[in-house]
Amino acid sequence: MLNYLLKRLATIVPTLFFVSVLIFGLQQLLPGDPAIALAGEDRDPSVVAYLRAKFHLDEPLPVRYWYWLSGVLHGDLGESVRIQKPVMELILEKLPVTIQLAAMAMLIALAIGLTAGVISAVKKDTAWDYAANVFALWGLSTPNFWLGILLILLFAVELGWLPASGYVSPFEDLGANLAAMIMPAFVLGNAIAAVLMRHTRSAMLQVLSSDYVRTARAKGLNERVVVLKHALRNALIPIITLGALEFGTLLSGAVLTEQVFSIPGFGKLIVDAVFNRDYLVVQGVVLFTATVYITLNLLADLAYFLVNPRMRV
Amino acid sequence: MKWLAFAFLFFATSVNSQTLRIGLAEDPDVLDPTMARTFVGRIVFAGLCDKLFDLDEKLNIVPQLATSYQWSSDNKSLVIKLRSDVTFHDGETMDAAAVKYNLERHKNMKGSNRRGELAVVSSVDAIDASTVRINLAAPFAPLLAVLTDRSGMMVSPKAAEAAGEKFGAKPVCSGPFRFVERIAQDRMVLERYPGYWNKGQIHFERIVYQPIVDATVRLANLRSGQLDFIERVAPSDIPSIRNDGRFKVAKIVEIGYQGITINVGKSDMAQKNPLGKDARVREAFELSLDRDAIVKVAMDGEAQPGNQWVAPSNQYYGKSAPVPKRDVERAKQLLREAGAPNPSFTLMTPTTSDAQRIAQVVQAMAKDAGFDVKIQSTEFATSLNLADKGQFEAYVLAWSGRADPDGNLHTMLACKGPTNYAGYCKEDVESLITQSRTSLDPAQRAVAYDKIAQQVAKDRPIVYLYHRHWLWAHTTKLSGLRTVPDGMVRLQGLKMN
Amino acid sequence: MFGFAIVTFFVVLALFAPWLAPYDPVATSWSAVRQAPGAAYLFGTDELGRDVLSRIIWGARASLLAGVVSMCISVACGVPIGMLAGYLGGWVDALISRITDAMLACPFLILAIALAAFLGPSLTNAMIAIGISATPVFIRLTRAQVLAAKSEDYVEAARALGNPHLRIALRHILPNIAAPLIVQATLAIAAAVIAEASLSFLGLGQQPPAPSWGSMLNTARNYVDQAPWMAIWPGLSIFLLVLSFNLLGDGLRDALDPRHK
Repeated sequence: MLNYLLKRLATIVPTLFFVSVLIFGLQQLLPGDPAIALAGEDRDPSVVAYLRAKFHLDEPLPVRYWYWLSGVLHGDLGESVRIQKPVMELILEKLPVTIQLAAMAMLIALAIGLTAGVISAVKKDTAWDYAANVFALWGLSTPNFWLGILLILLFAVELGWLPASGYVSPFEDLGANLAAMIMPAFVLGNAIAAVLMRHTRSAMLQVLSSDYVRTARAKGLNERVVVLKHALRNALIPIITLGALEFGTLLSGAVLTEQVFSIPGFGKLIVDAVFNRDYLVVQGVVLFTATVYITLNLLADLAYFLVNPRMRV
Repeated sequence: MKWLAFAFLFFATSVNSQTLRIGLAEDPDVLDPTMARTFVGRIVFAGLCDKLFDLDEKLNIVPQLATSYQWSSDNKSLVIKLRSDVTFHDGETMDAAAVKYNLERHKNMKGSNRRGELAVVSSVDAIDASTVRINLAAPFAPLLAVLTDRSGMMVSPKAAEAAGEKFGAKPVCSGPFRFVERIAQDRMVLERYPGYWNKGQIHFERIVYQPIVDATVRLANLRSGQLDFIERVAPSDIPSIRNDGRFKVAKIVEIGYQGITINVGKSDMAQKNPLGKDARVREAFELSLDRDAIVKVAMDGEAQPGNQWVAPSNQYYGKSAPVPKRDVERAKQLLREAGAPNPSFTLMTPTTSDAQRIAQVVQAMAKDAGFDVKIQSTEFATSLNLADKGQFEAYVLAWSGRADPDGNLHTMLACKGPTNYAGYCKEDVESLITQSRTSLDPAQRAVAYDKIAQQVAKDRPIVYLYHRHWLWAHTTKLSGLRTVPDGMVRLQGLKMN
Repeated sequence: MFGFAIVTFFVVLALFAPWLAPYDPVATSWSAVRQAPGAAYLFGTDELGRDVLSRIIWGARASLLAGVVSMCISVACGVPIGMLAGYLGGWVDALISRITDAMLACPFLILAIALAAFLGPSLTNAMIAIGISATPVFIRLTRAQVLAAKSEDYVEAARALGNPHLRIALRHILPNIAAPLIVQATLAIAAAVIAEASLSFLGLGQQPPAPSWGSMLNTARNYVDQAPWMAIWPGLSIFLLVLSFNLLGDGLRDALDPRHK
């Protein structure tokens, strides 16, 4: 056990190293001189020169990487060139928004995915199974930016029930906050529901055919009790651990969803920064999310390991 | 006396306890007038920072923090009289010493974006508390216009000294509203500055600027009541807003332009394609375009066709070079004369929807004359870099415009202009540009611009297409809106009924 | 079956686009800008007066091409690398696995956006960007499958007979791990179609004026209010195509993978 844990932990360092090289490389290789992109409409040569010097843009790549890395190792992710704010501050500012969005999306995904998964497992190979499958799949198959636009049109413009976009802090006005977040959360959750539905279905099928459930049934328990109390509860652990791995999908989806709904979270932060060549922001935020992702991965692995110690990844 | 002031303050706040929510098309960059680079940032500055001078609806220069000005007889120094009742948001007095500090900050601060437009300023003297003299190395006509923009914005020297490079995170100016907070990509909140010198004109307690990039979503926010005012409405949305009794539309012809910059000498690529090499091919290209139709299709009619760096309605528009009409037959003939009946070139186009529409319309029109235009859709940051290196043949590029025509001309067409992507350099044009900058007489300047316009219309380093309308939409309850061509939302006089 | 039928339908559309499309997909008409669906234009026209139906039909080419080519790139890179890692083990495996982990730790779309921006917007580059971004999934899957297959009797037997490594890998392991890879590949096509639409939506895909469903959506975004048909048809097409690939993948999984039954 301890051995496995240590082994797993030991892989984190090289992985993070490669993450840092990857995003640094990608970001630095982007065409378009950040200094020119950031120097504004006038592109005054003295400003360009100043930005070049300030961000070491004229130095060779490894040197620049070293500047960045040594900063990161000291907990300094650098500063946004565009708005002169430390990247760490930006991350902390956006973190609650993204966490809320992700949590709400996950809740919606669980609600849809679990229901559809349980139904399709219980009613295996019937029209119900097929319908649940298609229903879950529709989420996986809808481009989320398109769904977002359609929802805005319907609920904000035509019906006027929800605000079109924007973000209100929950501490300011919880109602307004939920009203603004429900559409983007649905759009995001929708996409993950399908994955969760599949996990639920296969986990449920496995549990339903186990001796344990057979015994419960043999005892003459109500089928509903068997399914919900005995089977689902046992199937939940793998579902939730696998669900945690969908965090990456969530962030990917958030990129466009946040763009469409003007939600000031990580996705919007990264995309705008890529296009503005505010490269320290891109590097810092991606490194941060990657770290979170890897940590979640590790926790999920450990949970899995605890549940099923025979398993070796 | 003191209780009276309190009572007045109390009265004022209870009457004006209102917030104005403005939807912006982009997220501004750093909020430091010295460092700021974006157009949209200037809209926020309109609430935050007053300027020495301002523009009126007809582009006349009117005093704001100044009260009057006087040029010296040799036009090499400008004496400005200042208001004596102005304080910064931290309570410091805005006086001649502060102006001197600010102009020097603009000129000397590392990374300053104002250095170029103030290059000709050699020194600043504070003559007395309310008089300042700006000394120039040479006469410079656009100076007053420059001082209506960020160069004329005054920040608190004390706060600027204390914050150093971080000043933009919490700017301290002398405008009607002071900075409260900024959440990147989400909002900027300003609150009424009680010590504002012109507070009678201010009828809001708070201003919230919210960047919402998508025009449809921005409009949806106006419609659902989340915003009171939005800038840069999509032209195609105008009819439906007009039909909606709850909203009003305001439009102004911008001071900038939309055009196609042609590489005529920026790099050796200019000589490798017929468009850059041969002026006849460029003429044919321009003749193949129907500007009215471009405006109608690409902008839903919400722009004014034009062929110069200023709109035909501008006093400095060169009347000897009017907008040419489309003439496909003549274009074909020119191409035959040039020995290239089917010239092909690449049109570099940023990925914004405006630019893409223009490119596709231009492509279809030029095809009628025999051109084979290949659209090279390029991400904006990359396109700038390629333009800077001269690795392009033609480039769809807009300019947000400056109050003085020189700001729309000098940096693009003067030989050493920093954004002279065309690589255009003509001795006679160069001397005319210099002449137009150094002469303070509008009539003389107009003559120079007319001559430049004629030459540029022949050489076509930039094929100017049109001048957009700034399109604003707001609730009908809002009154007192001033439509100034620079596209800034002035808060003085704005009122919610 | 449904999935297969729809995929076939779109393949036919794409292959016979020149004959099926009623109009030239790039022919503009200033007098017919943003016309609602009607007799002349079944799906309406777009902001430059081009026939939306014709653009949808031609756009099927871009989407299918993007889906299939990206998947091929992912498979062509991912499977050999994954086999190498799984078969050789040791430091090669460790290195490949860490790099794979690193790529998986960066959000897929961010990776694709950065790559597409690096390569410059075009359909080809979008396909490369998507293909590379989706590669780690195949590396990981192949590696796991190879690890499982390596200890099977038939591989042991082949090794005992003194077969060269390459032969064992290609002749004995690959055919036995093909089934899950084929399933994953089908699903990868679905993901790639969406990814291409997303990149085009951000202006990093197909070059104008050539049609692609994602770029059609991108322009339609400006007109959702006045010309909803510009957004509805391409969105619906993406949805149908992706759904059918997903269904096809599911069907294949059921057919090829006995454990899933």
